[in-house]
Amino acid sequence: MKEISTGNLLELKGIKQYFPIKQGFLAPRRVVKAIDNVSFDIPKMSIFGVVGESGSGKTTLGRTILRLIEPTQGQINYNATDITHLGSKEMLNFRRKMQIVAQDPYNSLHPRKLIKSIIGEGVKIHFKKKPEEVYLDVKNILQALGLKEEHMFRYPHEFSGGQRQRISVARSLVLRPEFLVLDEPTSALDVSVQAVILKLLKQLKKDFSLTYLFITHDLAVIDYIADYVAVMYLGQIMEIGPKSKIFNSPAYPYTKSLLDSILHPDPGKKRNRKTLKGEIPSPINPPSGCRFHTRCPCVKEICRTQEPEMTKINENHFAKCHFPLVAGTE
Amino acid sequence: MNKASNQRKDTTAVTENNKGMDRFRLLINQSKPVLEDLKHTLYLWRRTHLAMVGTVMIIFFILIALLAPVIAPYDPIAQNLDQRLMPPSMDHFFGTDQYGRDIFSRVLHGSRIEIGIILIVSVISLSIGVFVGIISGFFGGLVDEILMRITDMFMAFPRLVLAMAFVAALGPTLTNVIVAIALTDWTVYARLARAESAKVKSLPYIEAIRAVGAGRIRIMVLHILPMSISPVIVKLTLRMGTIILTAAGLGFLGLGAQPPIPEWGAIVADGRDYFIDQWWISTFPGIAIAIIVLGFNFLGDGIRDIMDPKIRR
Repeated sequence: MKEISTGNLLELKGIKQYFPIKQGFLAPRRVVKAIDNVSFDIPKMSIFGVVGESGSGKTTLGRTILRLIEPTQGQINYNATDITHLGSKEMLNFRRKMQIVAQDPYNSLHPRKLIKSIIGEGVKIHFKKKPEEVYLDVKNILQALGLKEEHMFRYPHEFSGGQRQRISVARSLVLRPEFLVLDEPTSALDVSVQAVILKLLKQLKKDFSLTYLFITHDLAVIDYIADYVAVMYLGQIMEIGPKSKIFNSPAYPYTKSLLDSILHPDPGKKRNRKTLKGEIPSPINPPSGCRFHTRCPCVKEICRTQEPEMTKINENHFAKCHFPLVAGTE
Repeated sequence: MNKASNQRKDTTAVTENNKGMDRFRLLINQSKPVLEDLKHTLYLWRRTHLAMVGTVMIIFFILIALLAPVIAPYDPIAQNLDQRLMPPSMDHFFGTDQYGRDIFSRVLHGSRIEIGIILIVSVISLSIGVFVGIISGFFGGLVDEILMRITDMFMAFPRLVLAMAFVAALGPTLTNVIVAIALTDWTVYARLARAESAKVKSLPYIEAIRAVGAGRIRIMVLHILPMSISPVIVKLTLRMGTIILTAAGLGFLGLGAQPPIPEWGAIVADGRDYFIDQWWISTFPGIAIAIIVLGFNFLGDGIRDIMDPKIRR
């Protein structure tokens, strides 16, 4: 990594997010294990990508980190401060520094508010500025994101998807955050607009010296933007490491099949790929042993009974597998 | 020459008032989309015939209430025993009652009392209802459970009976009628506001605002309230007719406004004993009640159509 990394901005330790399901008065209490024992660190000024299928708990992870939902267990350290149990007053300062850009640009903007007040709201809350100063702040951030001053006096329904996503980003950036959770920021957009937004995000990262947690299901996007990658499956991190390692020599069979599913621009190219069969199992009753054993192409007996440990494959590269595809150096 | 000096004056004025101008421009820009929205609403209003008819009726009603002392030919309370029980004529358009009071004047003045009742009842019941409803929907869980069971207690009784009980307990005066109707009417708005607030609070844009750092009160007042108020307003307009009916009903039963206050329900009650031979005493205030209730229902239906987002955009 060529970035000057001065430690970790964010550290997650054993985060668990369980949602109880109500089924009736006397029924046994059951829980959805949306996130089960997730730990990782995000270095300063890096782009940390999280990939996984629908239902693997990516979005829940993003919301838990910002404490939009309280974690059932575990610890969140932001810049070496434990923010897991901060009261709302102490949290306010961190709310400014940690921002989220939501997945769906069509539902994440208040439909009855002008763009000016949608973006200006946070400025009013955190900086307590006068209306003229708020106006200037909003104008500047809009122009930085390629929107115009007159857009401030419109309602969200007057904008296209790409523009709305820019407005969402503007709402976060106007607070001068350090850390941004991007929850599938491009999945609701056209491919052409996707590219523009991704480029913009990369540029903004440089301009504002941000750290990103980039959540997506699209490996091509991860390939373009991320420095580190974590692969999630059924609420657990299965493989984690620098992007180049994960993309060039995946150790976990699930990662391999995800990479195989990326489409190549040349349709004539012959590829030897294994596609996954079946659906992601229910997080209420996760499979015993290795969570992936029901769909793994190279499943062995031990996978069904014993849960694998996180094993070191390489420097910074870990996988949770009994039989990693790449042999470790140790 | 003259022009140039004028221009110089202008520029100095601008620099002096720069801050003021900025503020002014901000205000203009900000109000533009709101005005635009208003224009669209007016356009829809004109296209909705029901709303137009209702509006005309209500405006007519309000005008009468405002101008009652000017239009009314007689004092609504003064008795004139020479003129008792006169049928409608050019002197007394609606006839006179058993004390010789002019029914026409009494009905005109009655509209002021009805408007007062509607306004005060609306304000009180809307505030209680929206307050309870938004808190209940936003917090959910135990808070919701407790508040909604209290609401259930109020809703378990027929409204008129409950209002009668309140008035009987508080004493039959006009103020107590208003309090009683407000106390029975807020439940409707509480239920509506609760449903809307529970729906809105889990939408992504509320979470986005929470992530920005807005507190609970800010979210409830600035973000959930404006989203949940429109169905409540529609319901309020529709219920204004019912409020009058309840007030008139209480007046008719002798529990509302006390004589000689010209409340419509009370006038109808006055004419009860004379109804066979002197029909006009009860009939004209009755017609007035019917027209107003109809007007409010038209208006409410029309507003519902106008506010419907499917028609709007």
